[in-house]
Amino acid sequence: MISLSLSAILPYLLMGARWTLLLSAIAFLGGGTGAFLLLLLRYGQPRFGAKAVHLYVEVLQGTPLLLQLFLVFFGLPLLGVEVSPLLAAGVALTLYASAFLAEIWRGCVDAIPHGQWDASGALGLKFLLQMRYVILPQALRIAVPPTVGFLTQLVKATALASIVGFEELTKAGQIVTNATFQPFVIYGLVAAIYFTMCYPLTFCARILERKLSQSR
Amino acid sequence: MGYQLDFGALSGYLGLFLHGLGVTLVLTGISAVLGIVLSIGGAATARSGPVWARTLVLAYVELIRNTPFIVQMFFIFFGLPSLGLRLTALEAAALAMTINLTAYAIEIVRAGIEAVPPGQREAGAALGIRPATVFIWVVLPQALANVYPALVSQIVMTMLESAVVSQIAVTDLTHVADLIQSRTYRAFETYFVITLVYLALAVGLRRLFALAGRRLFAGRRN
Repeated sequence: MISLSLSAILPYLLMGARWTLLLSAIAFLGGGTGAFLLLLLRYGQPRFGAKAVHLYVEVLQGTPLLLQLFLVFFGLPLLGVEVSPLLAAGVALTLYASAFLAEIWRGCVDAIPHGQWDASGALGLKFLLQMRYVILPQALRIAVPPTVGFLTQLVKATALASIVGFEELTKAGQIVTNATFQPFVIYGLVAAIYFTMCYPLTFCARILERKLSQSR
Repeated sequence: MGYQLDFGALSGYLGLFLHGLGVTLVLTGISAVLGIVLSIGGAATARSGPVWARTLVLAYVELIRNTPFIVQMFFIFFGLPSLGLRLTALEAAALAMTINLTAYAIEIVRAGIEAVPPGQREAGAALGIRPATVFIWVVLPQALANVYPALVSQIVMTMLESAVVSQIAVTDLTHVADLIQSRTYRAFETYFVITLVYLALAVGLRRLFALAGRRLFAGRRN
């Protein structure tokens, strides 16, 4: 058993927290891009695109993230791809985020009155131009609060990367706990650091939502 | 030489599998029942309790909603024994899941209560019924009917999240998968099958609750 002071533990945990943030950023950018493509697929031609996207979302939201992570971690090597924990976690969280964001953004696009589609179609705009100039600018406004809210969920979800051995905040907590046998303090600290990362996001989402509902 | 998928290796583990399935369902059931009951109390307190209790409930909700489930579980299972509270893995898992679900459900039930028109409460008061009775028999049924779908999806999410309890060696469905793959060396196949089982559970639970909801709230919704 090693005795470590808080001043030694905290910097180590914060180093782990950096990886949590990086992984969250990767998953958000990857997932956002994926969700955008899914959105185009869903509303574009041909119509089976919508069904395929629906199925994709259903499967990813209907299965545990932990098992998605395992499937990527053990599945990619079968395809001949060598996986590091970062790659596995990055890919799994990107898929996870893309499904949730696609569903959130679908709600926002559906909230746009159908007349907007009809009118822009009547003006001769093709699908991509309709999206670009008519639908998305309006959908974007209502999409911001729930997207920021989802970021909280994503930061928390990165904790599962610790299970495949990626050294983010939760893993750092486990490592320090194994050395010091002070789980109460360490996991308390880990929780506090997560809270510090997530609460501002939750708070922002709430303010943005209030602003949006007032402006209508 | 490509890798040959072999699902045949998984047969012969049916007993283990059923055990894991049972643990996952029991944990989900316990946390769902306790979580909903506790969240009704929590939501009522958050709305009309004394200020200190209100603050306490809100702090609890924010704390749980802004930290990962796995860290809450580790804190309970590994951290609490140093306070003298020693729990088995199964107890710790049930406690963590209940605490987690309660926090989310409080927010949901609270929104449901807020959506009940104030006239309902006033009408109850005008009839001379005590506020607590009005809450239980007039406001609460309508509130729960309002948010039933949200509660159901929260329960399903808790069920899916319970896969994480395998990390403290609770022998749930995911832990069974871990065991099988360590014996058969067929990791992908094992996790693939178990993932499908979770998907079936999620879809099945949603269907079941939708059916129950139609009976429970017959004629009440809309």
